[in-house]
Amino acid sequence: MLKNTLMTLVLLVMAYLFYGLYDGYELRDSLSGISEHFATKGAEEVGAANLVTAVVVTYRGFDTLGEVTILFLTASIIAFFLKLKDEDFEKTIEHRDTSELLETASKILIPVIFLFGIYVFINGHLTPGGGFQGGAIIATGVALMILANPNIKLNYNVIHWVESISGVSFVIIGILGILLAGGFLDNKIIGLGKFGELFSAGAIPIIYSFVGLKVGAEISNILNKYQKSQKEL
Amino acid sequence: MEFINLGNIGLIIGFLLIIVGFWGVLTQKNIIKIIIGFSILNTGINLLIVSLGYVKGKTAPIIDATIATEGNYNVADKIVDPVPQALVLTAIVIGFGITALMLAYAMKLYKAKKSLEINKFNDLKW
Repeated sequence: MLKNTLMTLVLLVMAYLFYGLYDGYELRDSLSGISEHFATKGAEEVGAANLVTAVVVTYRGFDTLGEVTILFLTASIIAFFLKLKDEDFEKTIEHRDTSELLETASKILIPVIFLFGIYVFINGHLTPGGGFQGGAIIATGVALMILANPNIKLNYNVIHWVESISGVSFVIIGILGILLAGGFLDNKIIGLGKFGELFSAGAIPIIYSFVGLKVGAEISNILNKYQKSQKEL
Repeated sequence: MEFINLGNIGLIIGFLLIIVGFWGVLTQKNIIKIIIGFSILNTGINLLIVSLGYVKGKTAPIIDATIATEGNYNVADKIVDPVPQALVLTAIVIGFGITALMLAYAMKLYKAKKSLEINKFNDLKW
């Protein structure tokens, strides 16, 4: 009883504080300084139609590198944490049979999901989307694969190599930016192209493709670890 | 009807989601439900940040034929703030990482006690 009262009190105080914040909120009718610059000059400086992508990949590209590092760190900690003992490694678990529906649907859907993921990250500079979103979509395909066939063995080497190569390429493109253009992760190492077309915005589609592949591989790796660690339960 | 616009709606729903998430974290006994609570909390905060970037009557920060004409890509008076959206992208990725880690811990905890009830984990209680 006391616990519930305290809990309600905490939530009510929180709601009261939020009300204060909400009350002081005023709808903005213009952009703030830095955003104004992105909106006016973004298209000619970066060449990406999607300004969020321009901010994420070029203006704050270093930040994105940090994000990718965080994902990598998560995957490594999970790999370390859910490490299987040698005697568990060969164990197979008897799962309940998956339904016919799921199995058949997954065969049709998985290639389409992968294709959609690739579409999303290649068009990251033109449409809402980008590397992280595309990678997550690819990983949902992998998750469907695991659901449809719980004993599937994902090829760890492929995941590992895709992840490493795309991570290294991302950094190499960043360093090329220092050598050939204005600074780390500058996208002007190749021509900006015609605004609004697929091959435009300089290195952004390339960087985002690598980010997409890396994120997809990393999340697949995490799913793979979850799937395997069921063996020790 | 001053408050019916995307900025205020986003703020209200964001605050509500934060409170619901906190309620879930504080009251639920099942570890998976606590993790879901954290996820909802995370979503609420993200929604809040995006709403703060809303500019009255403006559209998404994607330059296309509806807001710009060929050769003139200055859209400063037509789009909402792109910076909070970019920041939220970072926040979502970190939220994903935290959720994934929490699920891994939940798996280990389940292995230790064969249960996901938080009350069973009382080894540090005196």
